[in-house]
Amino acid sequence: MSIRTRLLIIAGLIALSIFYLMPRNVTLRERDIETGVMTDRTEKRVPPKLGLDLQGGMHLALELDQSKQVSSDPKRDLQLALTVLRKRIDEFGVTEPLIQQVGNDRIVVELAGIKDPARAKAIVQRSAFLEFKITDETQALDKALPAMDRTLRSLGIKSVGQPTQPSAVQQLLGGDSARATPKDSAATGGRDSAAKSTRDSAGADTSAVVGGVLSGLIQNAGTTPGEYAVPETAFPRVDSLLNIPAVARQLPRGMILRWSSASTSLGVQPVRFLYALNNESIVTGANLVDATAQLDPLTNGPIVTFELDRPGGRKFGDQTGKHVGDFMAILLDGRVQGRPPVIQSRIGRNGQITLAGRTLQEAQDLALTLKAGALPIPLKIIEERQVGPTLGEDAVRSGIIAGIIGTLFVVSVMVLYYRTAGVLAVVALTLYLLFTLGALAMLDATLTLPGLAGMVLSIGIAVDANVLIFERIREELAAGKTVPLAVDEGFKHAMSAIIDSNVTTVLTGLFLFQFGTGPVKGFAVTLIIGILASMVTAIFVTRTLFILWLNRKSTMATLSI
Amino acid sequence: MRLFDKANFDFIRHRHKAYLVTLLLTVPGLLIVLMRGVNYSVEFTGGTLVQVESAKPVDVGAVRTALAQRGVDGAEIQTFGSDRELVIRARGAKAGADADDTQATGSALQQALDAVLGSGNYTILRTEAVGPKVGGELREKALMAILLSFVAVLIYLAYRFEWRFGVAAVIATAHDVLASVAFIGLVRLEVSLFVVAGLMTIIGYSLNDTIVIFDRIRENLHLRKRDQFADILNRSINETLPRTAFTGTTALGSLLALAVLGGDVVRPFALLMLFGVIVGTFSSIFIAAPALLEIEKRWPGPAARGHLTPKKPPAPAPGRKPLPVGR
Repeated sequence: MSIRTRLLIIAGLIALSIFYLMPRNVTLRERDIETGVMTDRTEKRVPPKLGLDLQGGMHLALELDQSKQVSSDPKRDLQLALTVLRKRIDEFGVTEPLIQQVGNDRIVVELAGIKDPARAKAIVQRSAFLEFKITDETQALDKALPAMDRTLRSLGIKSVGQPTQPSAVQQLLGGDSARATPKDSAATGGRDSAAKSTRDSAGADTSAVVGGVLSGLIQNAGTTPGEYAVPETAFPRVDSLLNIPAVARQLPRGMILRWSSASTSLGVQPVRFLYALNNESIVTGANLVDATAQLDPLTNGPIVTFELDRPGGRKFGDQTGKHVGDFMAILLDGRVQGRPPVIQSRIGRNGQITLAGRTLQEAQDLALTLKAGALPIPLKIIEERQVGPTLGEDAVRSGIIAGIIGTLFVVSVMVLYYRTAGVLAVVALTLYLLFTLGALAMLDATLTLPGLAGMVLSIGIAVDANVLIFERIREELAAGKTVPLAVDEGFKHAMSAIIDSNVTTVLTGLFLFQFGTGPVKGFAVTLIIGILASMVTAIFVTRTLFILWLNRKSTMATLSI
Repeated sequence: MRLFDKANFDFIRHRHKAYLVTLLLTVPGLLIVLMRGVNYSVEFTGGTLVQVESAKPVDVGAVRTALAQRGVDGAEIQTFGSDRELVIRARGAKAGADADDTQATGSALQQALDAVLGSGNYTILRTEAVGPKVGGELREKALMAILLSFVAVLIYLAYRFEWRFGVAAVIATAHDVLASVAFIGLVRLEVSLFVVAGLMTIIGYSLNDTIVIFDRIRENLHLRKRDQFADILNRSINETLPRTAFTGTTALGSLLALAVLGGDVVRPFALLMLFGVIVGTFSSIFIAAPALLEIEKRWPGPAARGHLTPKKPPAPAPGRKPLPVGR
């Protein structure tokens, strides 16, 4: 190969690397928190792309959470979840998000440079399943409570429970009656018949005497049919008791119990509302076509207005027309939002959800998840990595400092030890760095912290190929060969060692890439690219530089090596 | 200037001493690993790690109590750098929660921090939450990566040299892995994914070093038909010694820079690699070459035949072409 071709190839490689390392325009999409308007803005970024551990961000691995709801077709549900997540994150506004399926049952979400990870996590995880259900007007829970208590007693729940429980129950009971006596609520609430409720409370009383667990904790709230108040402190316990299958069976068919999404302070103690609802939904979020967050002009609280598609609107209109005067619970992911409003007249395609005590931002997040659609099955986070931006900056800074010091050391040792040949090797090393970064940018690879460490290390190792060649040339010279011959032989004989040793390292790197995740994959990529680049520079670039050097002084008798 | 110019050490004669040194250094560390286990990071065990920076010094005891109250028992809590920075590692899940659902433990940690430090008075620098399922998979994958890379290297070397060289190289590399694991046990290094990457790099570096020597052995077997096998090994090691020393120095130099200046996350990796470069160089000379000798003595291959007959072997029979080595 002529020297001209060699120089052309090297110039081409340099040009290519610089081309790929040119700053690129990146579109950042962000949502204004005040107005909720999405804006795109372009920013210049120098490749290669930095990994989450260097620029800060969040990595989530998600799986279908089948603990509450079993998926009939996990493959399809995962695909569905993937599309929903894409839509949501698009709306959320993140630069270059990565949302992909990994393996058969996993979704990985990577969001670089996000400022509010908790919010992002909520958006990813929220099922956003919207339902509208009519509250129960038959006092089914009041009737079922004594039977539930009996079931619990027969299961031995009450007595086997924690010894502190009875006193706690009494305390709560005391608190309750001080606030709103059961009789009170029965009198105001029992639209159907006061007699019924007195009989019920009598029943509840008798069971309470012998230790009725649930009837002591669940109080008919009165104002809205099917609404019951439970002291917030007893909420987890009551929830677990109601979930016992034998207890749940005491409720009439077609009737379900659902909790309110947040606690309400009623008097002194915060309470959690429990609702008895007709299981049949009058309409669900599947029929939703649009949702927008707004501030209610009357209360100035955040609301989400929504629009249903035609079939949904028809169904909604029919059902609400039938239930005028009844109360309708709005459920999101199985929790009742706000207190059920009374249906005043037939409702068409448009409606609104009132979010008491929430911020406008939360309303916006809800609107975007509703619009993007519901997850078929809830997702659970099985892996989460999150790096704050400051930590990443620190890592980059210390990585670069270590890199500079390490490089300076290698450079000075090379020049001191190998003189002119060392200077050539340093030139080759510079090109090696350029090629490595250029290749990383070309492959759109991500530079991670282990990758950065790998690069610093590879600078130390990258000189190895040069060292092998130089040592071989020295040996050939010592054996009495002339300078041009020694250089020739040196390159030729060092070749097999360079190739064999590098191929084995690439092999281990490939396995690291295959089995590693995230940051380690980045390390493997830089390692492999680094080795290939060092082979190119040592075998080709250094060789060319030597040819140039020898051509200038063709009668050289000794070599500065 | 040339390091180890015309070096002429009898490495092979001293190999038994080297075996002893290796045993003395490696066995205690391996015993520690066997008895106490390895200090796996949460990535491998599953669990939650949170690194927090607080506005004021943190009372570690108060954080521990607050965690225990919220069902997170036995969390490791360490200050990191200063007494305002804290790393909390909760290995187990919050009591009663599904362990593969990392959410519950994470929010319990957050609540505890809110209670002790006050919400808004601290920033979360880093979170890692891994379910035990993912952790188990990772452990499996790391082990597979190491074992499979051994197999691949064995096949490649068998193809480029012959199987005896491959086996000797893998023995030396396995030695380095064991020694590194012993080192990890001795200094209680936390085994993270990053450290596993370090282990793989040690494998790469050590193989690199071994192959440079083997390459020279292959060449010398060809050139010096009458030499004893042990002499060829010694000669090859000595001839490549300048390169071994120089490359080792530059690698150690850049690793030292990483260890001192690279920051807390990189430091374990750099420390392990420092050890690995030293042990990798040692093993190429004192384990790989002697292992090749032992193998060739028991199962002499075509390349070594003629070099193994004791004392002054006769010249090769005329007309019998030396068998090509390698390719």
